[in-house]
Amino acid sequence: MAEETIIKNSGAKLAAKDYATDQDVRWCPGCGDYSILKQVQSVFAELQLDRDETVFISGIGCSSRFPYYMNTYGMHSIHGRAPAFASGLRSINPDLNVWVITGDGDSLSIGGNHFIHMLRRNFNLNVLLFNNQIYGLTKGQYSPTSEKGKVTKSTPIGSLDHPFNPLALSLGADGTFIARSMDRDPKHMRAILLRAEQHHGTSLVEIYQNCNIFNDGAFFTFTEKETKGDTVLFIEQGKPLIFGANSDKGIKLDGFKPVIVDLKDTSANDLWIHDENDRVKASILTRFFDDPSTEGALPRPFGIFYVEKRDNYEDALITQLNKSIEAKGHGDLDALLRGNNTWEIK
Amino acid sequence: MTAVKEIKDVVTILFAGDSGDGIQLTGGQFTDTAALLGNDISTFPNFPAEIRAPIGTVAGVSGFQLNFGSIEIFTPGDQCDVLVVMNAAALKVNLKNLKKGGVIIANSTGFDKRNLRLAKMDEEYTLQGDKRLEGYKVHEVDVTKLTRETLENSGLGTKAVDRSKNMFVLGFLYWMYDRPLDITIKFIEGKFKGKQDLIDTNIMVLKAGFHYGETCEAFPTQIVVKPAADIEKGVYRNVIGNEAAALALISAARKAGLQLFYGTYPITPASDILHTLSRHKNYGVKTYQAEDEIAAICSAMGASYGGALGVTASSGPGIALKGEAIGLAVSLELPLVIVNVQRGGPSTGLPTKTEQSDLLQVMYGRNGEAPVPIIAAQSPTDCFDAAYEACRIAIEHVTPVFFLSDGYIANGSEPWKVLKGDALPKITPKFAAARKEEDAPFLPYSRDEKLSRPWAIPGTKGLAHRIGGIEKENLTGNISYDPDNHELMTKLRQAKVDKIADYIPEQKLDNGKEGDKVLVLSWGSTYGVVKTAVKELREEGQSIAHAHVRYMNPLPKNLGTLLSKFDKVLMPEMNNGQFVKIIRDKFLIPAIPYNKIQGLPFFTHELKEKMTEVLNAK
Repeated sequence: MAEETIIKNSGAKLAAKDYATDQDVRWCPGCGDYSILKQVQSVFAELQLDRDETVFISGIGCSSRFPYYMNTYGMHSIHGRAPAFASGLRSINPDLNVWVITGDGDSLSIGGNHFIHMLRRNFNLNVLLFNNQIYGLTKGQYSPTSEKGKVTKSTPIGSLDHPFNPLALSLGADGTFIARSMDRDPKHMRAILLRAEQHHGTSLVEIYQNCNIFNDGAFFTFTEKETKGDTVLFIEQGKPLIFGANSDKGIKLDGFKPVIVDLKDTSANDLWIHDENDRVKASILTRFFDDPSTEGALPRPFGIFYVEKRDNYEDALITQLNKSIEAKGHGDLDALLRGNNTWEIK
Repeated sequence: MTAVKEIKDVVTILFAGDSGDGIQLTGGQFTDTAALLGNDISTFPNFPAEIRAPIGTVAGVSGFQLNFGSIEIFTPGDQCDVLVVMNAAALKVNLKNLKKGGVIIANSTGFDKRNLRLAKMDEEYTLQGDKRLEGYKVHEVDVTKLTRETLENSGLGTKAVDRSKNMFVLGFLYWMYDRPLDITIKFIEGKFKGKQDLIDTNIMVLKAGFHYGETCEAFPTQIVVKPAADIEKGVYRNVIGNEAAALALISAARKAGLQLFYGTYPITPASDILHTLSRHKNYGVKTYQAEDEIAAICSAMGASYGGALGVTASSGPGIALKGEAIGLAVSLELPLVIVNVQRGGPSTGLPTKTEQSDLLQVMYGRNGEAPVPIIAAQSPTDCFDAAYEACRIAIEHVTPVFFLSDGYIANGSEPWKVLKGDALPKITPKFAAARKEEDAPFLPYSRDEKLSRPWAIPGTKGLAHRIGGIEKENLTGNISYDPDNHELMTKLRQAKVDKIADYIPEQKLDNGKEGDKVLVLSWGSTYGVVKTAVKELREEGQSIAHAHVRYMNPLPKNLGTLLSKFDKVLMPEMNNGQFVKIIRDKFLIPAIPYNKIQGLPFFTHELKEKMTEVLNAK
């Protein structure tokens, strides 16, 4: 695909900056969104994706300004509904490369319904869920991923809501590509985005993204050098689950129960080996969702949790249509208008 | 014995019974037979919202009214000549709909103690003893018993046997009205294909009903309604409003060379459009049953954005949910057809009953200044023309358009002269052309002579651009918070909709002439009944005219001038006065409202009374 695209773009190889528009990027200085934008543009350049064959569709929220900054087709739609626009677009033109940009409020609160139905239908989309655990654009109310007890403008004495676990939800909705990355690790994000782009189906990538204005440091435990060693578990296909500042800890499965073990006592061969095609293990992995400050907390996994090959809706739609034409012949307008029962007035 | 034959111009039959009695099917079969015999027809199905409301109760009564004749017919008729009742509840509900002196055909078993109790009637009630029925011709037929006797040796269980009793009634009515059985026999063979026992038993019962009519001496007269003479020559079919709308969508997409994408969520009374479309996949129709009303419209907009004819449909409650997305469609300026098959409101209201009460909703029901063109269908067959026209305007003017129908015409049917695809008006989409790098930058919000912006679809070389719901800078489409620009864009969006008036026909009088004393101004599904009432009054020598509006927004350019030619303007509507507000607002005239809000269409006699009152007033 990459080579073909180069020819389409009249031979000139596109750089990351060629995927940027002339519009000023208006996120707050220091926002995690900048890093995501940069990685997306860089992945586009690496794959030489065709700007005219690509569409970014977003909902509402800080992240949803994203399409304005990509020199492709773009639609900044309404709150929570980006998947619905994308489903119609993919249904009538499956050649387009469609990306959905959404946030935790956009996809999990107001757009929760579309989010789960998009996943079960498995439209071929790349979905980037910018999770900053706060409402940024409306100036700092708690979101459906904010931790319980969160003090915000709308919850001055603490929120009462139990938060969503976005990846467990996605797996529950039968998503076929489920991954997590973070704004502060460009290399990791880039690798995940490349895989997401390759997957034929809905690729859901949750990205931990720092809102330095309303929720600064929400993910620092996972993103900063001092702490990330013990709180983050990078999962890779076929590799044992090892973490720790000195890579000295591992995860073993005791039945269905994940257990942290010391590598001094346990051989790496006895550890849980990551298999991204194993649904049961993926569902346990998505449940690695402990508050990292609690004693014995499981580390938070980053990487590709689960991949499954499954028909996507738009391919099935087109197949059904073609079969119908094969069986009944290409519809004749006069026959349609005439119907089955006629009579003549002479 | 040979029955005496009596010729009639027009007959109205009302079939009524439990919603499980197969009333709609019986009515539908009688309609098809009447249509194929060349009668003019108009039908009105009237059924409860519950699929199987409690058996035998007043709430569960389902009705199907059919008006057929050898003369031109515009309505399903006011009161019926013949009332067929399968049970006591059906009589209780519908006696008021029968003409004085009319015929009642009653299923005796439906008046047993149990049924009387269910209908909350006196258990000692008898049809013979009912004083209110004096002057009516009451015929008791023990349909249940006769059906059971017919199928005594069929081997079918009682439940299955009883289910075919509607065929007995149908056969009996076919005899009464001197109709052949073959059309329904063909239907039975198709419906029960592969189940020979059901084919045989249903045909047996149908014939038994017919023969009962022949041999039962209570009915010495057969009524003959000859083929309609005044109908234009040609080939005809029968069509239901929702079906006509579906055919229009397929036809418009085909004529415009576009894919049809229909994103919807099931809702009464709009779902039959989805059902019809989903049976026509070989026409390249993509139907999408979305997860909710909002996804339905957004998916349709996604399809339109990609270069297809995007259509969504619903009824009032669903349209309310789609409101925000319709605003985005106005702002994005993409082609989109939004079908609203109206029903009684507010909220869930009367799901299976008709009303014209969403006019102001579709006209104004959005945040901000968000004008949307509106076309309203006037009859079941006009659902085709009006929906086709809605598609034409959406595509050629690059705008969302409302197509308004309602439960009455959506479920009603009438004969339709078969159209040829070639005869349909052309529809020309104007896609923005690909650009090379050396070309001037693409301006997604530049405008043509119609004030429409280019339809620039993803995948076109050199047109990559961004659109969204935030106010756009004129020409470039970039985000703009500039105060003057917002005012300019608001005015441009309005001017674009107003401009459509240059591309639609002027308002004509349907009947009467300028200078008549009263003009009756109607819209939507009241067309047939208003037409009939005005026609009858003019035949009586009254100075009354009729104009029927289909283009609700923008209104035809000459409408104001036309209205000024009349002393009085009377506006009947099946709502609490909505179009009348718009007319008063636009033209500053004291239009007189006349409203019916019963979930039911107007009767001709009601309208005539009101019209006469207005004619006689000073």
